[in-house]
Amino acid sequence: MRHDHLITAKQLSRENVEAVLDRAAEIDADPAAFADRHDDAVLGLCFFEPSTRTKMSFETAIKRLGGDIVDMGSVESSSVKKGESLADTARVIEGYADALVLRHPSQGAAKMVSEFVDVPLLNAGDGAGHHPTQTLLDLYTIRENAGLDDLTIGIMGDLKYGRTVHSLAHALTNFDADQHFISPESLKLPRSVRYDLHESGAMVREHTELDEILPALDVLYVTRIQRERFPDENEYQQVAGEYGIDLETLEAAKDDLTVMHPLPRVDEIAPEVDDTDYATYFEQAHNGVPVRMALLDQMLAEREEDR
Amino acid sequence: MSDHQLRVSKIPRGTVIDHIRAGQALNVLAILGIDGRSGETVSVGMNIPSDQMGQKDIVKVEGRELSQDEVDVLSLIAPEATINIIREYEVVEKQYLERPERVVGVLSCPNHNCITNANEPVETKFDVLDDGVRCEYCETIVREDLAAHIAVE
Repeated sequence: MRHDHLITAKQLSRENVEAVLDRAAEIDADPAAFADRHDDAVLGLCFFEPSTRTKMSFETAIKRLGGDIVDMGSVESSSVKKGESLADTARVIEGYADALVLRHPSQGAAKMVSEFVDVPLLNAGDGAGHHPTQTLLDLYTIRENAGLDDLTIGIMGDLKYGRTVHSLAHALTNFDADQHFISPESLKLPRSVRYDLHESGAMVREHTELDEILPALDVLYVTRIQRERFPDENEYQQVAGEYGIDLETLEAAKDDLTVMHPLPRVDEIAPEVDDTDYATYFEQAHNGVPVRMALLDQMLAEREEDR
Repeated sequence: MSDHQLRVSKIPRGTVIDHIRAGQALNVLAILGIDGRSGETVSVGMNIPSDQMGQKDIVKVEGRELSQDEVDVLSLIAPEATINIIREYEVVEKQYLERPERVVGVLSCPNHNCITNANEPVETKFDVLDDGVRCEYCETIVREDLAAHIAVE
């Protein structure tokens, strides 16, 4: 595998993470300095699933570096519709681009494509698997607001299928972070993630109630409970209601709690929270641009050196 | 067991897989891709009394020696088994199984959403853990009933 593919957050050492975040901070401070850095670069976007934030922020990131995109478009309008395999589609598009961004509904899709292509590949979400670039912007947001060491973080909601959760939990094992996982029984962390967290020496502390741990948290990372996973609408309503937060919930929190969410949210964070100092989720979404610029800058610079 | 007690006679050349955990013989045949269609002579003994194991299964395949891939997967399904290579009616080599580090192309991933189940040109690959196997693509860990995941054509 090329050393510059980014498939899972497990690949990221503390040093890798800090290099990207430091570069993102430089970009944030002076975006103009990076404007023409990669003016001949073309980024291939292969999104086999809907995306707003991830796709648009990658597009903005490469354009702000002076580069451009080629976009496969929707699955409906592409040759995937004619039955082309992912392996073939990726091998065709790699001929048009200097790097590829892939989102796909199947777990392991990015890992598989990485075995077929020779340009750097960024995994932008593979089913319920990983989403490492989201993790980097999450870490950037945490570092800016609460610091990555001596951190107590609660990760709440759909921990079973939430790929942003899986990637974030892996990456946080590089730091001095106490991780607490809050979810209904049916949506606990999957066995594979728990296995990796144990292997890395991290302690997995699981809760079914937010109250148990909220007062100790520096960061609360909320995720959407996915309605489509529940066979029964009533059961969904009951669980979704319990794992939502509003101003009343937050009365028990520290004053400087940072509330994050990878978005889109449905009703797990009440709109009344948006105007408080807790709310960091829109800033988090905006951080997608400098962080993805930093990542692309690093990746494309390595590629230019190889030429 | 003396010769006159053998339920199936000695074979001239091939492989005898002995000390298979009782009940696993058919899974062993599945791993070897043996369904009788390719014509080799196959004898299967099931629930045979064994001093060592209580009961065991035995599979004898004439005219065929096992590949390393086949031996690797056997070691997951039937770790206690011994493999005897037979030439001229005599055991010329006895192999005890060692767990491999990975198995390729033999197990199918139980996660329906795994890319290896999506008609892509890719073989399954599983890392072998102390107490199970793990898909290298979707990372699903399988601990129970590995035999049920043998990919049979």
